[in-house]
Amino acid sequence: MESDVVISVQEVVKTFPRADGTPARVLDGVTFDVHRGETIVVMGGSGCGKSTLLNCLIGELPVDGGRILYHAARMPSSRDISGMSESELNELRKHFGILFQSGALFNSMSVADNIALPIREHSSVPARLIETIVTLKLEQVRMLEHREKMPAQLSGGQKKRVGLARATALDPEILFYDEPSAGLDPVTSAAIDELIMDLSRKLLVTSVVVTHEMDSAFRIADRMVMLDRGRVLKIGSRAEFEILRDAPPDSLARHEEKLMNQFLNGYGRGPLTDATGTSEFERLITAG
Amino acid sequence: MDDSPLGGSRVPFASPLRKVVEAVGDAVLSVGRRIAGMVRFTGEMTVVLRETGRWIGRSLLRPGLRFRRDALAAQMVRVGVRSIGIVVLVQVFIGIILVLQLAPTLENYGQIEQVATVVAIATVRELGPLITAIVLSGFAGASIAAEIGAMKETEELKALRAHALNPYHFLIMPRFLATVIMMGGLAVIADVVGVFGGFMTSWLVLDIPPLTYLDITQAALDHTDYLTGLFKAGVFGMLIALIACCEGLNVTGGAEGVGLATTSTVVKSIVALIGVDAMFTAVFYVFGI
Repeated sequence: MESDVVISVQEVVKTFPRADGTPARVLDGVTFDVHRGETIVVMGGSGCGKSTLLNCLIGELPVDGGRILYHAARMPSSRDISGMSESELNELRKHFGILFQSGALFNSMSVADNIALPIREHSSVPARLIETIVTLKLEQVRMLEHREKMPAQLSGGQKKRVGLARATALDPEILFYDEPSAGLDPVTSAAIDELIMDLSRKLLVTSVVVTHEMDSAFRIADRMVMLDRGRVLKIGSRAEFEILRDAPPDSLARHEEKLMNQFLNGYGRGPLTDATGTSEFERLITAG
Repeated sequence: MDDSPLGGSRVPFASPLRKVVEAVGDAVLSVGRRIAGMVRFTGEMTVVLRETGRWIGRSLLRPGLRFRRDALAAQMVRVGVRSIGIVVLVQVFIGIILVLQLAPTLENYGQIEQVATVVAIATVRELGPLITAIVLSGFAGASIAAEIGAMKETEELKALRAHALNPYHFLIMPRFLATVIMMGGLAVIADVVGVFGGFMTSWLVLDIPPLTYLDITQAALDHTDYLTGLFKAGVFGMLIALIACCEGLNVTGGAEGVGLATTSTVVKSIVALIGVDAMFTAVFYVFGI
């Protein structure tokens, strides 16, 4: 594992049983590296396996094949997440933060308590200092005036901001984002993206973002990974993907390039859509 | 319709006998599925019990690991304190019903005062814990299942794990302990209130002197009656908590799934409570306890 590689995803396979009992390969030999300090965006249509990949990365789902190696700066050596015990996994989880699609705030706690919880549970920091850290984290996401509110009193965008503050509460080295701008209006979405870029710069964290929002992906990504039916279609820099996006479809020779071009531009017609206008993703989902 | 080898079409054979065989087959399959479901659910409850027990042990023995006293206290208030009113009300009615139902029969035998014995034994050994548990399954069990189910659906459980916090330690353990402890406390209240209901009815309606009633009650009960009642209450509390937590953890399908889990918690709890109570009563009878 190269020294600046924080996460190395190697030939990862994940299967789920179909309704008829046969296994469906949701991830089929996914391989890529995440380098220290970069923001990598994993994208693809619905059902392509990106959420499954995220769940495997955070240890929520065990992989059926391959390895996911972590080498955080505060870890003595790289470790395969699939071989970890519960306590080892919990130790690793203290190195990363996650922003969930819905924010996933604890509804029974105030905004401040949501952020204080991981600090209170995983450190011996005195209560006063915890208050100061919470204030700092809320300032970072510009939510300080909402600190005593309950999650039910917040908008979708505000919940994500608080979720982001909570994700950074333990000063993690790696931040995972699950569809950070899903369900938000374009302005709020752009504000969240700016926040992600801001935090990446200020906290020097490595970020893994799973999204199918192309505007957001092109705003925040250093590198991009395109998934299709559980396989990596392309890994490249943002610039490479921009060239692919901006190319006229007729100028592209390979089927995969045409497919990515359609996805990146959100065209209704192309190799991803059949004559009825049904996309390949919809067909995959309805086929189970 | 399939093509016949002789040409033309073959009409599907649907004789009454075939319909009966199919119906029996469906019924057997359905029973089999239910039994398999019960076995699976019992297995899940065992896993939840094992994990909860592990976390209780860890919290008590491992230095630095929080016992979550605040969460336990909050759950005790939610599960127990808020249920006191309804338990008192139901148990007073039970005491009244017992006295009024038994009075005519006992009067025929010239043993009207013995209504105190029946009320005391029935309440302390049986109805106190059982009725309280049934009330608690609807009051607290359904609420625990709905809360955990909603937390699962809104990714809160996932968020807990992502923050290296174990849901068994953080959520299940306080709810489990609170239900068991408060079930014991509520059963004691139910015993007292049930006997009180019987006492008041006997005094005001049957004109049994209060002191006579209390003397008979005292003579009718010994420490095994209290202990068997309390033991049952503890087991009932465990059952309610385990069923509610399992149902909550198994929720899928959004709001509809949460609704189904709460209904299922109440139904399963009532069946399990009465079944386990019957089993205990039989065991106590055989061993003369």
